[in-house]
Amino acid sequence: MSDPKVSPRVILSTRGVSKRFPGVQALSDVSLDVRKGEIHAVMGENGAGKSTLMKILAGVYIPDDGQIFLDDRVVRLENPLKALQLGISLINQELNIAGNISVAENVFMGSELGRFGLARRAEMRRRTREVLDLLGAPFAAETRAGLLSIAEKQQIEIARALVHNSRVIIMDEPTAALSENETEKLFTLVDSLRSQGIAIVYISHRINEILKIADRVSVLRDGRYIGTLEGSEIESEAIVRMMVGRTLTDFYQHRVSTEKTEGFFRVEDFSDGKKVRNVSFSAAAGEILGIAGLVGSGRTEFARMVFGADRRLRGEVYLDGRKISINSPKDAIRHGIGYVPEDRKSQGLFLEMSSHDNITMNVIGTTSRAGLIAGRRNNAITSQAIEQLNIRLASPRTRAVSLSGGNQQKLLLARWLQIAPKVLILDEPTRGVDVGAKSEIYKLIGEIAMRKVAVIFISSELPEVVGIAQRVLVMREGALVADLKGENIDQETIIAYATGVREAQAAFAAKTGR
Amino acid sequence: MESTTKKKTGRKGGGLFQSLGILPVLVLICALFAVMNHNFLTSNNLMNILRQASINIVIAAGMTLVILTAGIDLSVGSILASTAVLSLLSSLDAHLQWATILVPLVAGLGMGVINGILIAYVRLPPFIVTMGSMTALRGAAYLFANGTTVINNNLNFAWIGNNYLGPVPWLVIIAFVVILVLWFLLRKTVLGVRIYAVGGNEQAARLTGIKVGFVLIFVYGISGLMSGLGGVMTASRLYSASGLLGNGYELDAIASVVLGGTSLVGGIGGVPGTLIGALIMAVLNNGLTLMNISYFWQLVIKGLVIIIAVTIDKFRTTSKR
Repeated sequence: MSDPKVSPRVILSTRGVSKRFPGVQALSDVSLDVRKGEIHAVMGENGAGKSTLMKILAGVYIPDDGQIFLDDRVVRLENPLKALQLGISLINQELNIAGNISVAENVFMGSELGRFGLARRAEMRRRTREVLDLLGAPFAAETRAGLLSIAEKQQIEIARALVHNSRVIIMDEPTAALSENETEKLFTLVDSLRSQGIAIVYISHRINEILKIADRVSVLRDGRYIGTLEGSEIESEAIVRMMVGRTLTDFYQHRVSTEKTEGFFRVEDFSDGKKVRNVSFSAAAGEILGIAGLVGSGRTEFARMVFGADRRLRGEVYLDGRKISINSPKDAIRHGIGYVPEDRKSQGLFLEMSSHDNITMNVIGTTSRAGLIAGRRNNAITSQAIEQLNIRLASPRTRAVSLSGGNQQKLLLARWLQIAPKVLILDEPTRGVDVGAKSEIYKLIGEIAMRKVAVIFISSELPEVVGIAQRVLVMREGALVADLKGENIDQETIIAYATGVREAQAAFAAKTGR
Repeated sequence: MESTTKKKTGRKGGGLFQSLGILPVLVLICALFAVMNHNFLTSNNLMNILRQASINIVIAAGMTLVILTAGIDLSVGSILASTAVLSLLSSLDAHLQWATILVPLVAGLGMGVINGILIAYVRLPPFIVTMGSMTALRGAAYLFANGTTVINNNLNFAWIGNNYLGPVPWLVIIAFVVILVLWFLLRKTVLGVRIYAVGGNEQAARLTGIKVGFVLIFVYGISGLMSGLGGVMTASRLYSASGLLGNGYELDAIASVVLGGTSLVGGIGGVPGTLIGALIMAVLNNGLTLMNISYFWQLVIKGLVIIIAVTIDKFRTTSKR
């Protein structure tokens, strides 16, 4: 991966940087070198200190200790503007774009060009256009930013960095909200920035991306610098070991139920007339059934329909041989079907409420007597769930908002386990969850399946689908195209079906009439 | 043991702690008035304050439930006026004498439920719906009263507004009972938790099988019912009613709720805070009048106190996070 032509000249480095927040040592004694014209990935679990370090480099935080060197000179990055002026840009995961103004105005936001207090709009537009051409952006400087996709808004941020002649661009999980296609385009763009000598500091949880584009990988753990991998040293086994201090073989380890009741949960001919077309499948009790497919293939829409959250045009559901009628989440829950939604913050959690309330929300009605909350019984449920799922929190009273991503996800799993589900649909259960918690969630999914639950596992991360599903259904453009079992489950096959490189399997082709 | 488990699992918001947040402000204001005017801290005057606060307490308590679901109810003052007129009219009708209290309560509940249905099922924004019903019901109140003031000197429920239970006016008893009942509802019942859940995250509430529509209709119904109760209290105090009653009460109620630490975003807060908030408003009214401060200045001071108190509360809660 490393290019011998790239001179290993260091442009930005930290020496012994430390930062304390009340109650936590976020960073201790971190020394890191970033070279000119490299893509330098920074990895680590949530809370490892990546974001803190990046914010220090971008002037958002001031370190308590240590020094930052730019071109071998000590610099003080007192605020983001100073960092920007010195040529360091930070592109956050949450993009900093105002939707109601034009691209050019966004690019120059906060550093508008002016003369005698009058804005030089023509000049700003001209320079924006220059940079947009360089980036190959498919939109104009005059376009209203709100009309653009997330990937395009990201390009505005990159344009902003280039207009300020940034030599270091820090990207925090830039692909989190992108489709595969957009991700590819971003990689091409990042690659061309590198060839112009710009250093890219790239934060991501997705090991596959890192393997693909990074020249060097540095790993942080518990606020400490663990090490840097280079060239052929960069491989997933080594990265995971550095991040969590254990090996990849343990990573997907989970129990597998050998006893299965075939045809336990059956869905027939589901359609919504738009994004889901004639989907039929069955899942066995005790099975972990993966549903793979590209973002936008209709997986989530399908799952929500099965759960009764969205209306369907037609379709029938059979559980344990009996036809059941599901027209609302309440119906689904009554029949023992649970759904953990893909976006836990906006659709799953009650962030301002206590962990206790979040865990017991689905059962307060059934444990209650005459509408009164059964305090003691619910407390017992909560403490049992916290222990069983190993949820780390100060007290059951801790608000959900203050927990880490992994523990938030466990709250949701705990909530759904309380209804003693027969079918549990998990939509992207490990998104934004750190590596350690991911592994725990896989184990938990195994445990749940052991209880004769049909687990339907939707994920965009192919390695985990391959790692834990016993059977994989592949969706493309709203229809099922493949049903893979055992030896046939591998990333290449899934991708081939998901992208249409391979035609739908015969059984499905007949059904969807294509 | 019991108390420690309670402490551990209690819901954030709405608890004693939240209401304590604004309590020092009330104590401070009281202390200032006590120092500046020796008539302030007499039992007579304090009882006066409570009585003056009682109607606002009742309405603001209902409003708290609505605001907890991230809604708003602007129609409370108009519901109060129209139900007060209805109670007077029924007291003048020989056949309806028995229902002089029931009629306004049921009417208020019904008006609130209509608000709730429009919000929950027609999916109109609460601000718009209740602004519409505020205007329409104000007109209805004038129409019911035929544009005049309806008077009945033999009001059969005049005891509510004018009699005492021991040393305490019935108005004050009613206000405190309302606070207690709604506090119990929010803290101890399943419906209470679901009100917080709907306000905290409506989508998530739907996905856990909560009937969001029912919860919304319930809170607007309660707000209407409390406004109807406010109508009964007002009418019995005055032996009369007209379309003019309750003008601007919605703003006093909202101010009390917000002063009490309930967030307009929904999902955070509770009734004890609202009680303190309503008392702050009443103490300011009373104290400033005792000190012969002009009405114009009273408005300015009240407005400033609201802004300052909420600012203090904001810093207190953000520093705790």
